[in-house]
Amino acid sequence: MFYREAGDFSTTYPQDSQTFPIRFDRIRYYFVLAIAFLVIPFVVNDYWVSAIFLPFLIYSIAAIGLNILVGYCGQVSLGTGGFMAVGAFACYKLMTAFPEVSMFVHVLLSGAVTAGVGVLFGLPSLRIKGFYLAVATLAAQFFLVWLFNRVPWFYNYSATGQISSPDREVFGILVTGASKPAWAAYLFCLVFVMFSAVVARNLTRGSFGRKWMAIRDMDIAAEIIGVNPLASKLSAFAVSSFFIGISGALFFSVYLGAVEVGEVFGIQKSFLVLFMIIIGGLGSIFGSFAGAAFLVLLPVLLKNVLVGVLGWPTDIEAHFELVIIGGLIITFLIAEPHGIAQLWRVAKEKLRLWPFPH
Amino acid sequence: MPTDLLYGAEVVLNGLMAGVLYALVALGFVLIYKASGIFNYAQGVMALFAALTLVGIMEGQIPFSHLINAMFGSEIHHFGWHVPAFFAILLTMVVMVGFAILVQRFIFRHLVGQEPIILFMATIGLAYFLEGVGDLMWGSEIKKMAVGLPQGGSLWVEENTQWLGFGNEDFYGFFLDKLDMVATVIAVILVLALVAFSQYTKQGRAMRAVADDHQAALSVGVSLNYIWILVWSVAGFVALVAGIMWGAKSGVQFSLSLIALKALPVLMLGGFTSIPGAIVGGLIIGVGEKLFEFTLGPALGGATENWFAYVLALIFLVFRPQGLFGEKIIERV
Repeated sequence: MFYREAGDFSTTYPQDSQTFPIRFDRIRYYFVLAIAFLVIPFVVNDYWVSAIFLPFLIYSIAAIGLNILVGYCGQVSLGTGGFMAVGAFACYKLMTAFPEVSMFVHVLLSGAVTAGVGVLFGLPSLRIKGFYLAVATLAAQFFLVWLFNRVPWFYNYSATGQISSPDREVFGILVTGASKPAWAAYLFCLVFVMFSAVVARNLTRGSFGRKWMAIRDMDIAAEIIGVNPLASKLSAFAVSSFFIGISGALFFSVYLGAVEVGEVFGIQKSFLVLFMIIIGGLGSIFGSFAGAAFLVLLPVLLKNVLVGVLGWPTDIEAHFELVIIGGLIITFLIAEPHGIAQLWRVAKEKLRLWPFPH
Repeated sequence: MPTDLLYGAEVVLNGLMAGVLYALVALGFVLIYKASGIFNYAQGVMALFAALTLVGIMEGQIPFSHLINAMFGSEIHHFGWHVPAFFAILLTMVVMVGFAILVQRFIFRHLVGQEPIILFMATIGLAYFLEGVGDLMWGSEIKKMAVGLPQGGSLWVEENTQWLGFGNEDFYGFFLDKLDMVATVIAVILVLALVAFSQYTKQGRAMRAVADDHQAALSVGVSLNYIWILVWSVAGFVALVAGIMWGAKSGVQFSLSLIALKALPVLMLGGFTSIPGAIVGGLIIGVGEKLFEFTLGPALGGATENWFAYVLALIFLVFRPQGLFGEKIIERV
């Protein structure tokens, strides 16, 4: 009734090609932004920020990054954990080397460093395809984690081998360290999420994204119609690693504060982010958010219900979580291989016709 | 012979035996991949699940006892009997066949004709599911696998190889693990049996027909459903053997499921579609990582075994994308 194009006329080309062509979508988008920027920072407390908002926001960035590589360019990667570790350690080295520079710069630079590493490990993708590539990216995962464990220069020769983030400021307000205000950490991450989503959305609907999708659908055919596979695959690796690096840097500096690389950025992290984009929807920016929200909220919910309400021991709850996540992934793949994003699309189609279905 | 060379030889021998264990896991992958085109990530978890079930049955544990206790506040743990290893292995095999039927009936029947990557992700989901179920059923503490396999180093080998040192005081003969030697023998028997099964039996021939061409096999009356259940059962059997071997080596625990990841580079070296490839790949990886750790490991800070196999496979693939024995990849538009 209220969700349709009728009466919504585009009179210029920019209007015609905007991200949200339907007015209701546009309003909804600005509404969500307004709530996220203007309401939530004033009402959140420490628990909400550290249990829900920070992981959700940071995983969203990682999911967007991986979605560009897997969902848009079709190059399956299991090296996400390793690349997040690169972001985290780059951020740590920058933070300790240049204490007076703003955190914004550090995080962006960590993303750039990770992009470089991603391109390096993306080089084999020109020869290796499909599963073989997925397994090859495991080399990146294990090698990088090993590297950060074994070379003391990366963790500034600290005795524990851990890295812990010092207090750093943005515009005079602490965003890292133990004494940071919750709203500042939230807003800091939110800015990066917003930036990533806008950049990713516009890249994927522009010429880059079209090239990626051509490579995904059939790389030989894409080559014949004039897409350069070297440039497209490596650019996908670079952009994807850039976002994953940013998320790794935030994960370490803002969310956790102290990191032991084998524990935090192990192979499990790679799978978790991969699950997010499968459940959310491959090849969809909204899907990245939906998947991240789903897999961040589900354990919190399960924990509250099973441990809090039913009083089960936590280890049984943890096993139950595995069963449910595994079961959900299989169910999703069978019922809706395109994930939550597809459900959302179907719902919107229905809404456009509602209340008259024909 | 100089002692360094002898130590090197010992490392190679141990590497070969470790390689056999990798090859055991890789075999399960190849079987399923050949017959159904599914890259079964859950193979490692299947080994873990089989080992857990075997130990649980032998000890007479009550399945899901932790869960039942948590839900009803009861205090049940064991039936109070012990099952002999042989019967327990048979019972576990029955469980694995049941698992194969369930997987086929509830998952892969609904995913026929999907892209390979979707199938792969479904098996990742299956791996999580199975791991959770295994832990819920049998508890997640580390268990001992006591099926009567020998443990420790073999004195016999040590004594009979001491003469190789030619009076060198530093050399005490080769140190070989008895368990590794048993595993090697069992793996060789298993491979021979699998080859004989797929070459000379009716079911084996049908399996190869399905692997060759699904539709052609269907048109001459081979039941895909039956063959897939069969293949998953055989893979379950291989997983059980691998689970027993690895479980006896390092205890039945979560890290057992990670051997699947170790089997991946083995597969990439050998090619996804070749049974001999899995064996040769396993041996190359086993020897390669032990030798690399022996020669360059100390200089690089140790623990290179974590990544060596993957990097070796990665470099190898750049030059030969289909692996050593894999079918040549031909792409058409």
